Amino acid sequence: MSDALVVRKLDHYYGPKYVLKNISFRVKTGDFFVIIGPNGAGKTSLLKVVAGVEKYEEGHLEIFGVKQSQIKRKNLARKIAVVPQHVPVDFPFTVADTVLMGRSPHLGLMGMESKSDIEIAEQAMMFTDILHLADRRLEILSGGERQRVIIARAICQQPRIILLDEPTASLDPSHQLKIMDLMERFREEHDTTVIMVSHDLNLAAMYGNRIMIMKDGEVMNLGAPHDVLSWDKLEFSYGCYMHVDESPIGKVPRITPVPEKFR
Amino acid sequence: MKSSFSSVLPKISLVSLLLGFLLVAAGVVGISFGPSGWNIHEAIEILLSGAGDQTSVNATIIWQIRLPRVILAAVVGATLSLGGLVFQALLRNPLAEPYILGVSGGSAIGAIIGIITGLSAFPGVFLTAFAGSMCVLACIYLLAVGVAGRYAMNRESLLLAGVMINAFCSAVIMFLISITKSTQIHSILFWMMGDFSIFTREQIPLLSVVIPCFILIFVMARPMNLFLLGRETASTMGINVGLSFTILLIVSSFMVSVIVGQAGLVGFVGLVIPHINRLVFGPDHRVLVPACILGGAAYMVFCDILARVLPSQGEMPVGIITAIIGAPLFIFLLWRGRR
Repeated sequence: MSDALVVRKLDHYYGPKYVLKNISFRVKTGDFFVIIGPNGAGKTSLLKVVAGVEKYEEGHLEIFGVKQSQIKRKNLARKIAVVPQHVPVDFPFTVADTVLMGRSPHLGLMGMESKSDIEIAEQAMMFTDILHLADRRLEILSGGERQRVIIARAICQQPRIILLDEPTASLDPSHQLKIMDLMERFREEHDTTVIMVSHDLNLAAMYGNRIMIMKDGEVMNLGAPHDVLSWDKLEFSYGCYMHVDESPIGKVPRITPVPEKFR
Repeated sequence: MKSSFSSVLPKISLVSLLLGFLLVAAGVVGISFGPSGWNIHEAIEILLSGAGDQTSVNATIIWQIRLPRVILAAVVGATLSLGGLVFQALLRNPLAEPYILGVSGGSAIGAIIGIITGLSAFPGVFLTAFAGSMCVLACIYLLAVGVAGRYAMNRESLLLAGVMINAFCSAVIMFLISITKSTQIHSILFWMMGDFSIFTREQIPLLSVVIPCFILIFVMARPMNLFLLGRETASTMGINVGLSFTILLIVSSFMVSVIVGQAGLVGFVGLVIPHINRLVFGPDHRVLVPACILGGAAYMVFCDILARVLPSQGEMPVGIITAIIGAPLFIFLLWRGRR
């Protein structure tokens, strides 16, 4: 299988402070790639660099075999869609408006959508089950609904890679699973690559086929969930003891952070 | 369900048609009104018979005085409304107005200096006012780039820089007024309230520089939609954020400066018109740009009629009318929006 993303010896810094340091990894097409690590490890910065929102200083970054710096803004947006951590709702866009914005990188100079653009948006909304919310304003939706709108927008962009920054933070368990199942289904049906930053180690273990642990702007471990999610590697990166055993639901590791009183 | 996806083109046409009609109606009424009462029938007849036939006194009045005046009002209203709309999108703040970056303060200082030194209203005071606002914009640009470092011009630093420069300018304005002869204070005050009465026909060609600005802003309506999602998201959706931001900032500031130089500080239009349009037509800028141009123009022509007709003698600065209508209307809109 070909590589969707190749990163080699990448550095990113503000003045003397390194945000990303000597990062190297590959993501294969169709991977569900999960990046974990403590706060401030540089996970979100890495996503921003991959999406082209932030520039890196040193190293090499390739998207489907093409150097990222040689890809035009608009073409990059056709390859990579981002589901960001925060979505501003200061202006009263409807769900339909918002999803349709995903067509932007595919539109001409005047930015008018054609019938096929609208069909693609409708399919994306059907896929994330928000078609019935089409006329609602974003600001009155619940957190789970809003997240599904943003994912529909990303899908509507018809990307080859989707970057998700903590898509399940602040959602209840049922919505967490719903969002993750959506992404998993989309990845399978469209052979899309998913790269997700998450703090939820169990979701990472259950959905990811490759896991990367970051700490202080560097890659600590990278591999299959069973190899990477071990108590010693987790303790080294997070600095707290986590109990790891086999999950009762299947062949995935189960991670339990252990509070002081149970140690 | 289909209705939520209705294509945007018919909506743009419908809104343009509706507000265009409103503008034409306001224009005809504006041309018919004068100190000698109003005669809509005669006004239409004179307009239809063409500009060549100016034998009667009334025809001369309409072609030489009232029509240019209505055109000025329309262009001022359109430009300030559109300027407000652009700044609201750029600063992602629905309460931003076209003067927010200090254009008002800078051009007021320029205009006052022009008035004190006894320059004519046009081109003298226009040029000093325009130069004043350009100086302020240059300052803002340098400041914002400097403050924000390599992520040039984030919206918070722009906003703060604008507020501070306006505050500084008002101190200078007060100083200039305090050393001014009392005969000139009247002109200064009228200028600062927005005054159309000193407008002459010769200024009309200069107004046309706003048209390319309008077109450029309409082309960039879709990037403006994406700006509302935040700069980083806009960037991940294929927008060259730095370039679009700079173009919109410069183009809108430029056209507002041209207008302020000619008409003085007409307040509230740039705040109220985009806000009402957003309430009625939704937040899509591809609809809002034409809606603000036409709606703002119609609103200003209407306010100008009031400014000419209400006082029993002479006329009052149109800025008084826009503020008297605009401020309560705005509070009402805020109050309604809360519910």
